[in-house]
Amino acid sequence: MDMTGSKHKNNYPSHPSRIRIGGFWWIVFSLAAGLVLWELIIWLANPPVFLLPPPGLVGRRFWEVASNGILLRHIFYTLIEILAGMALGVSAASAIGYLLAKSPTVERLLSPYVVASQAIPIVAIAPLLVIWFGPGLISKILICALIVFFPVLINTIVGLRGVPEDLHDLMRSLLATPQQTFWLLEVPAALPVFLGGLRVGATLAVIGAVVGEFVGADRGLGFLVNLARGQYDTALVFVAILTLVILALSMYGIVALLERRLLAWQQRKEQDILQQ
Amino acid sequence: MAVSPHIVNPNPSIPILQVSELSAVFSNGQQGLQALDRVTFSVYTEEFICVLGPSGSGKSTLLRILAGLLPLTTGELFYCGQPLTGPQGDIGVVFQKSNLMPWRTVLENITLPLELRRVPRAEALRQAQEMVELVGLTGFETTLPRDLSGGMAQRVAIARALIHDPRVLLLDEPFGSLDALTRERMGSELLRIWQHRRKTVIMVTHSISEALFLADRVLVLSRRPGQLRLDLPVDLPRPRQEQMRYTPAFGELARQLRSTIEDATEIL
Repeated sequence: MDMTGSKHKNNYPSHPSRIRIGGFWWIVFSLAAGLVLWELIIWLANPPVFLLPPPGLVGRRFWEVASNGILLRHIFYTLIEILAGMALGVSAASAIGYLLAKSPTVERLLSPYVVASQAIPIVAIAPLLVIWFGPGLISKILICALIVFFPVLINTIVGLRGVPEDLHDLMRSLLATPQQTFWLLEVPAALPVFLGGLRVGATLAVIGAVVGEFVGADRGLGFLVNLARGQYDTALVFVAILTLVILALSMYGIVALLERRLLAWQQRKEQDILQQ
Repeated sequence: MAVSPHIVNPNPSIPILQVSELSAVFSNGQQGLQALDRVTFSVYTEEFICVLGPSGSGKSTLLRILAGLLPLTTGELFYCGQPLTGPQGDIGVVFQKSNLMPWRTVLENITLPLELRRVPRAEALRQAQEMVELVGLTGFETTLPRDLSGGMAQRVAIARALIHDPRVLLLDEPFGSLDALTRERMGSELLRIWQHRRKTVIMVTHSISEALFLADRVLVLSRRPGQLRLDLPVDLPRPRQEQMRYTPAFGELARQLRSTIEDATEIL
C-alpha cells in the first residue's frame, strides 16, 4: 500500500513523502481562520441549529459530555476496539506477510485469497460480522483487524522483498542462523516500509471501528454520532466527529513518533532532501 | 576469540583452495547460461591472487562459488583439502558495493561477524576498535554509512571481512566504484593490511595495473563461458612501491596481461 515508494541511491525505501505541516503558529492561525469562517457562515446564512450549529454551541456541548464522563466512556470503548483490532490485524498480517515473502509455495497458495480479501468492501461485510459475532466488542475488533490487515500485509511483503540480496549473501557467508538473519537483517531492513503500512493501518482502524459501531453497537464514538443524529443533536454529532479526528490523528502521531525513534538512521537523509 | 596474527594452513603443501575442472551453468529461462568452463587452479596459503577478465567473464561467479554462496555445476572445489559445499565461517567476503547495513554505525557494522558468533559485546567492540585503527577510520566509529565516502565505506567492509580473522579473504571488485587516485591508495592500504594480517587473498578486478601492483599471481579469464587463459606469476619484489608502476618489468607484465585479455575478449 506504500504507493510513494521513492527510491534512494542504496535502494532503501524511505518514508513516503507526506504533506508538510507548518510550524505551530501556522497551525493555530489556520484553525482560527477556519473558526472565523464557520462563524461567518452562521452570521451570513443563519442556518437552523440542526443543520449547522455555531462553534460556541459545539464547544458547550463538548464541555457537557466531557465533564459528565459520557464522552470519555465512548472514547474508551472505541479505543479498545481500535487497539485490540490493530493488535490482531497487525500480528496476523506481519506473520502471513513474512510467510508470503519467504515461501513461493505459500504465496501461490494464499495470494488468491489475499487479492480477493482486498476486493471485499469491509463496510459491506461489517453487517455480516455483527450478525455472526453480535453487537459487542468482538465484531468491531474483527472489522478493525480486517481493515488494518491488508496495508500491513502488503508493506510487510514489500519491505522484506526489498532487503538487498547482497546483505543476505553477507549473512550467509558469515554462517548466520535464520533467527540471526531475521532479527539482525530482515527486521531492521524491512522496518521503514512496515511502519509505513502501520501508519496507514492506524488511521484505517479508526474508520473500521466507526463503521462497526454504525452497524450495531450501544457504545462508542460511532454509536454516539448515530445517536446524536437520531436526536437532531447536530452539535453532539460535531463533538463526536471532532473527537474521532483527534483520535485518528493521535494514532497517526504515535506511529510517526515510533518511526522517528526507530528510523533515526534515515531521518537526516529526509531532511537533506527537503533542504535541496 | 583471540586475534592470532598468523594463521597457518595445517599443511602448507596442500593448496588452501583447489579448483579443478570447475564449470558453472545457470538456468536462464529455457536454456542454460554457462558462466565458467573447466577452470583449474590452486591457491596456496598467504598468496595474493588477482582475477582479471573482460566483463561478463564469470569473475564474480567464480568468487561467489569460492565463497560457497553459489553451487558449482561440475568439477571439484577443495578448501584445505576438504570439498567445499557451502559458506565457510572462515572465508571473509568483500562485495562490489560496500554492502553495509545502513542502520548500523561504522563500529556496529564491523562487529557484525563477531555478534553472529556471540562474542561478548565488550570484546567485540575492543576488536572492532582495533580494526578501525587498522583501516584508518579512527574518529568515524559512530558515523552512519550514508555519511561515508565510497572509499571509507569500502574500508569498513574490509574491516568487517577481517574482524573474525578468516583464513581467506575474497574481494569482488572492491574498488570498482572509486576514483583512480582513491583506488590506488586503497590498493596500497590493502597491501599493508595483507602484510600485517597474512591472509590468503583472492581479488577480482578489471584493472591490470591494480592486479600487478597487488598480486603474487594473476589469473585471466576469457569472455563467457569463462575459461582460464593465463596464470601469470608476478615476480616483482615486495614490498611494492608506487614507483614500481613505471618500471620496465611492470610494463612488460602489463603488456602480456593486456594482450591475453584482448585475445580473451574476442568472440570465439
